[in-house]
Amino acid sequence: MNNSSSIDLTTGTAVPLRGNNIDTDRIIPARYLKAVTFDGLGDHVFEDDRASMPNHPFSNSSYCQASILLANQNFGSGSSREHAPQALKRWGIHICIAESFSDIFRGNSLSIGLPCFTAVHSDVEFLMGCVEESPRTLLTVSVSDLTLNISERSISLAMPAAMSAALLKGQWDATGILIDRFEQVRATGFSLPYMKGF
Amino acid sequence: MAKNLLEKVWDAHTVRTLPTGQTQLFIGLHLVHEVTSPQAFDMLRTRDMTVAFPERTYATVDHIVPTLNQARPLVDELAEQMMVALERNCAQYNIPFSDLNTDTQGIVHVIGPELGLTQPGMTIACGDSHTSTHGAFGAVAFGIGTSQVRDVLASQCLAIDPLKVRRVIVNGALGLGVYAKDVVLEIIARLGVTGGVGYAYEYAGSAVDSMTMDERMTICNMSIEGGARVGYVNPDATTFEHLKGRPFAPSGAALDRALEWWSSMASDSDASYDDEVMLDGTTIEPKVTWGINPSQSVDIGGRIPKPADVVDAERDSLAEAVEFMGLKAGSLIRGTAINVAFIGSCTNSRLSDLREAAKVVHGHKVADSVRALVVPGSKSVRLAAEREGLDQVFMDAGFEWRGAGCSMCLAMNPDRLEGREICASSSNRNFKGRQGSPTGRTLLMSPAMVAAAAITGAVTDVREILTQT
Repeated sequence: MNNSSSIDLTTGTAVPLRGNNIDTDRIIPARYLKAVTFDGLGDHVFEDDRASMPNHPFSNSSYCQASILLANQNFGSGSSREHAPQALKRWGIHICIAESFSDIFRGNSLSIGLPCFTAVHSDVEFLMGCVEESPRTLLTVSVSDLTLNISERSISLAMPAAMSAALLKGQWDATGILIDRFEQVRATGFSLPYMKGF
Repeated sequence: MAKNLLEKVWDAHTVRTLPTGQTQLFIGLHLVHEVTSPQAFDMLRTRDMTVAFPERTYATVDHIVPTLNQARPLVDELAEQMMVALERNCAQYNIPFSDLNTDTQGIVHVIGPELGLTQPGMTIACGDSHTSTHGAFGAVAFGIGTSQVRDVLASQCLAIDPLKVRRVIVNGALGLGVYAKDVVLEIIARLGVTGGVGYAYEYAGSAVDSMTMDERMTICNMSIEGGARVGYVNPDATTFEHLKGRPFAPSGAALDRALEWWSSMASDSDASYDDEVMLDGTTIEPKVTWGINPSQSVDIGGRIPKPADVVDAERDSLAEAVEFMGLKAGSLIRGTAINVAFIGSCTNSRLSDLREAAKVVHGHKVADSVRALVVPGSKSVRLAAEREGLDQVFMDAGFEWRGAGCSMCLAMNPDRLEGREICASSSNRNFKGRQGSPTGRTLLMSPAMVAAAAITGAVTDVREILTQT
């Protein structure tokens, strides 16, 4: 059983979000976690930052069609709320590229089919500069080649091998493969002394 | 071959290597709360799946719980909706649930250890980043998102990449007025908020060895603030003593067998690590954060850094933090006036935290300018504190004594900052807007330091109060 499809090539415009340590409370404030679905989260992405920063890129109409997010270091730090990548995805982001990510954010993003690539500082700066100057610049990102093509230039991206494999094989929604060999799960579980009360 | 605890637990719980190269890891205990689970249960229903191991799953309600009026239906309709969803999901899938009507309800990271659900050598997952707390018992505990909650409900497994292990050694006795919170703030200040990315932190050294379980939980709790998804302490006599007699802990002959297995899961003395850092506990001072991430802290006698004090790469973050906080670069943190004092959260809401704070508060009054509240981590903590008369100490001083929950750590209930209020808080995150007001400000510190700030109305060195005769 498989609930996810292969993800490889994406082409789109990008939104540059400058700053390190942009945490998940900023991506989606906790008051929007008070819901039993993820519906409508896209409307509230970066809500408080947008209110306090008139020039926030997510409020800039030049970037309203962007599908690629460019960020700096430690993007998505803090809370494990999947609501953060859900809000980004529902806003329209299909790819995240940053200098680095928090472990939990990157895992959550993978599990909803939102690839997170890292790129070196100078390349992120270059990309941000390009799209700040020309917001309509098209970027093409490849999971299989771990590259980003912009105009005539190709930039190297990185991602843990297991994550790119999960995206390419369409196994980023892991539930199917995790229950696939349930007897093996039971065998491992019941080999643990605490499972039988010691 | 010698192994560390993470390697041993990982090996014992590995089901197989998945086609992607990730490990399929069996999860021994899945803790569930109302915020990150409703969508996961809905996905199960949509896919016509069930909960694989309801007996290895345990639920409580904490994030949205009002700490004053808990009458049902809850005043907040959205909160009520979440409560109903969890009740329905637990009933449908036979998941044990410490709901508001039980004496065992509380913050998920307080009640797991309290009930003896959290045990050494176990893998634990919960849809909450502070799941690292449970590592204090020598468990390997992961904070996960909602889709992974779905994975664990359906399969009792996670698809996950292995972690490297950094040993963080803290030696020496802590001084008067210096607590586990100060130790972990110091670790995060040294290693940074990204230092732990890709790592589990193993906390060791004589300072950690001599800590109580409550103190070890405080340290492991904030591992994630340093970027480490997992933090743990090797189980020892302190751990075992703490577990004895708890409702879900083994007893009698089973306890003897458990002790043998638990001991065997600790890191071997000649185990190797991917990295090792050492701190001198005797030099750690009471600490206070001044910025918008938990690494931005100084000693109580210290000054908020100036741009010239930090490396180029941190200059923008410093400027952003100082501006948001409305503080002055180069000024002393001590004496910063506060509006609110909050003692609570999964970091510092256990009985020993309340005792330490009560020692400071005893015989004093909360400053007129300060709104102060104590939110015990669980109903058990609240009841135990009341048996000792701690509630009276706090209330006599002018603190509000509340019901158990996450409360003002993240303000998903009615407890929140207003406008630009500045809060001395025993919680774990000082992110912009974290405590419910987009422009509200948080100063993280130990519960005793929060108590000192509450009675003086400003950031104060708690040692001045502790040494008063």
